[in-house]
Amino acid sequence: MTTMLDLNETPLRDVNAALQATAGMQPNTAFEIVNPRGSHALAVGLNAPISVRIKGSTGYYCAGMNQHANVIVQGSVGPGVAENMMSGTVVVEGDASQYAGATGHGGLLVVRGNASSRCGISMKGIDIVVQGSIGHMSAFMAQKGNLVVLGDAGDALGDSLYEARLFVRGSVASLGTDCVEKEMLPEHVDLLRDLLARAEVEADPSEFRRYGSARTLYNFHIDNAQAY
Amino acid sequence: MCGIVGLFLKDSRLEPELGAMLTAMLVTMTDRGPDSAGIAIYNADAEKPFKITVQSPEGDTEFGTLADRVAALTGAPARLERKGSHAVLALGRDRAKAVLAMIRSDFPGLRIMSQGNRIEIFKETGLPQSVAEAFGVAAMRGTHGIGHTRMATESAVTTLGAHPFSTGPDQCLVHNGSLSNHNSLRRQLVRDGMRFETENDSEVAAAYLTHRLQEGRDLGGALRDGLADLDGFYTFVVGTETGFGVLRDPIACKPAVMAETDRYVAFGSEYRALVDLPGIREARVWEPQPAEVYFWERAA
Amino acid sequence: MKDNDTPRTLPRQSATFTREVNAEIRRAAATGIYDIRGGGAKRRVPHFDDLLFLGASISRYPLEGYRERCDTAVTLGTRFAAKPLELAIPITIAGMSFGSLSGPAKEALGRGATLAGTSTTTGDGGMTEEERGHSEKLVYQYLPSRYGMNPDDLRRADAIEIVVGQGAKPGGGGMLLGQKITDRVAGMRDLPVGIDQRSACRHPDWTGPDDLEIKILELREITGWEKPIYIKIGGARPYYDTALAVKAGADVVVLDGMQGGTAATQDVFIEHVGQPTLACIRPAVRALQELGMHRKVQLVVSGGIRTGADVAKALALGADAVSIGTAALIALGDNDPRWEAEYNELGTTAGAYDDWHEGRDPAGITTQDPSLMARLDPVAAGRRLRNYLNVLTLEAQTIARACGKSHVHNLEPEDLCALTVEAAAMAGVPLAGTDWIPGRGGY
Repeated sequence: MTTMLDLNETPLRDVNAALQATAGMQPNTAFEIVNPRGSHALAVGLNAPISVRIKGSTGYYCAGMNQHANVIVQGSVGPGVAENMMSGTVVVEGDASQYAGATGHGGLLVVRGNASSRCGISMKGIDIVVQGSIGHMSAFMAQKGNLVVLGDAGDALGDSLYEARLFVRGSVASLGTDCVEKEMLPEHVDLLRDLLARAEVEADPSEFRRYGSARTLYNFHIDNAQAY
Repeated sequence: MCGIVGLFLKDSRLEPELGAMLTAMLVTMTDRGPDSAGIAIYNADAEKPFKITVQSPEGDTEFGTLADRVAALTGAPARLERKGSHAVLALGRDRAKAVLAMIRSDFPGLRIMSQGNRIEIFKETGLPQSVAEAFGVAAMRGTHGIGHTRMATESAVTTLGAHPFSTGPDQCLVHNGSLSNHNSLRRQLVRDGMRFETENDSEVAAAYLTHRLQEGRDLGGALRDGLADLDGFYTFVVGTETGFGVLRDPIACKPAVMAETDRYVAFGSEYRALVDLPGIREARVWEPQPAEVYFWERAA
Repeated sequence: MKDNDTPRTLPRQSATFTREVNAEIRRAAATGIYDIRGGGAKRRVPHFDDLLFLGASISRYPLEGYRERCDTAVTLGTRFAAKPLELAIPITIAGMSFGSLSGPAKEALGRGATLAGTSTTTGDGGMTEEERGHSEKLVYQYLPSRYGMNPDDLRRADAIEIVVGQGAKPGGGGMLLGQKITDRVAGMRDLPVGIDQRSACRHPDWTGPDDLEIKILELREITGWEKPIYIKIGGARPYYDTALAVKAGADVVVLDGMQGGTAATQDVFIEHVGQPTLACIRPAVRALQELGMHRKVQLVVSGGIRTGADVAKALALGADAVSIGTAALIALGDNDPRWEAEYNELGTTAGAYDDWHEGRDPAGITTQDPSLMARLDPVAAGRRLRNYLNVLTLEAQTIARACGKSHVHNLEPEDLCALTVEAAAMAGVPLAGTDWIPGRGGY
């Protein structure tokens, strides 16, 4: 059964409270949210394997800190979609603004359109698949997890990167400090194939290049001082 | 720290609705800037008089006296239209300089908001909704316009501290962000002959662009120069008599969304500002790239 | 005349190139890295010591100690939060990270704070069971790094503190050197073991007060509008930053002056960026007053609070509460002279040890080394902290009663005078024996 929530009639607090009240519930609970009209902090703090379909575009921090829930946005999202996500899946059918998946610890974020700057900033275990392109400073200080980009990447990809893995099919405008291209080993092809399948994206893993940390910033050395 | 909205119309059939569209966009940005709000509107008036927009806290008495003085100076009845605490003076181009000088010397209580062939600026402290209503912005028509809601950072919450800032004929600028070298730059611009009304960092950016334009740069060139000379964080939207430009700093943290259709170009600090625009679902929507100048121009 | 009979000048040490300065030049030349250390500013700056209370006599009547009540309770977060924090004393424990501190040290802080009826605070490394389990009231810091940040802990917290800056390094990030990134610390922070951890200086997903307002909305929506939201700022531009924190929707502003400590940052940052705590309070209070929010948005002041007199002076200048970090660590046993021999081996002395980031703390507090950690008994250390907090409270009450106040919050700037022109100007109170407040009334 699907519960309808209309943001033209129901305040944000009540919409989120209704979604959050499912904490601990079993799957198969479904919600449809209409008239989001760019609202901020929509469907945040969910903590159950429910499915939420948002019909329209949202503002900042949509599906922030998601746990277990499956959120689909039939529109575009503002800054910080699925920020600090722990688990579950968030799919954006349109574009995502800055900071998509920022500091995410787990789960899967799929952006069918483009993501703008700082996609995957400081990511800590989340998997992010972007079907379009991503903006500058993406995966800045990214610690863990995988970022897959079918289009192009903007400037300074993977700056100050830790152990996150970056896969880009298109061009990379420039690599950030301490980010280098790395060999695609069979294990990476397998990983990528799995990620693409989970994101329901058709693409050949062999067309991607892999980028990762050169690890020269891992322990301070004066010869790298220009990078600090 | 603020919310910005902007509209540049390509389809003249939308011109009667410009004020209404901008007002709706402005009100969505209330949370980003509850301190004050302002709007610059470029009106394609058929007879093209020169327009001076002035503001006075004591409008009733001052505007009446001003009308008499302008009539005496120009030898014709003054065309002065009151809108809230502001009034728009329309006069012949040849008398503009003399009238501006007279206002500056004889009306210390009047603040000149804007001057030019097309620009009118209305701004006040207060919530965007009440500011827009006070001026009747919704009924205004025009070719392009820029609105701003302000959350003041370091400079005072006053009428003059509100955006847009206009430092040259038909020019205006609004800003979201915070500059870090504006004090030094202001001192340099003062030495170069620029005048300042506030301590606001955004006014420095406006005056910087005006100064560059005076030196013969076009707006695109002036904005590119700004990338080297203006330090800090900014998203600027600027207007000229016939143009509309957008620039984000190289770090580009402050939000910016643009939409373009064959009828208009629109700017919003957030997508929320754009949701009610006609045909927005089919529009090309994107975020301006850092350090890239975006500029649209229409026939004069 | 023999050479050694010729009068000579005495060797003279430069006041500019002191022994410390020269040693630092040689150290920099040898290593090629700036000095990183823990703690706060060590230089002398105008401080609470430069203020005195006037006390009561004939024009004002004092309260009788132990007989007539002088209350100390404070409630933080009364503006928007459904569940504000009710504390027995106006002294809280500042944010310090697990990672920078050992697990037992975090436990001891929780035990001490709980016994004294106040709150403790997490830090840049997530929430540990030690501190949640032993802290009746726990403030969860929300930092740029977001190490260990998760919604379960957010909901387990009693308040949320969004850290914009800290007094030791307003505008700076942090660095935890590899020695302390053990398996457990690395696991909590999602980092490889043994690497230098770099903390960002800005939050990853918002910049400026207009974005911050939306971030606060998100945190409130996730936690059902129950928990107070604090904003912690370093002593940089306290007037503007306080006003903007309030405009962005804060329940509480935490203001940390330059004497406030840090686990590790550049010495040049600690000593040369930020304003003294004394200079920060009045501008922040003025911002609150102008917005009609003084006492509605609570102000917590930290950075160099050591005694009940410091507590009372901060409250008199307009703070609602104070927060202690360094002093709490000393109460636990940090820099204790009993470890002098080991401090000497590390090339330092008790009281001067500040290489907290190296993880070799003889007192077993700022370390992840199991054998050193074992030196701190969290139960005994917690009791010491409780005792110390009680002394601070008693001292502040003693002063408040002497000024005729039945609640410490009724202390006012007019109860103070200053010993120096500098302190008078910074605190906005008259120079002792005069009615002169430098900078006021056209002077």
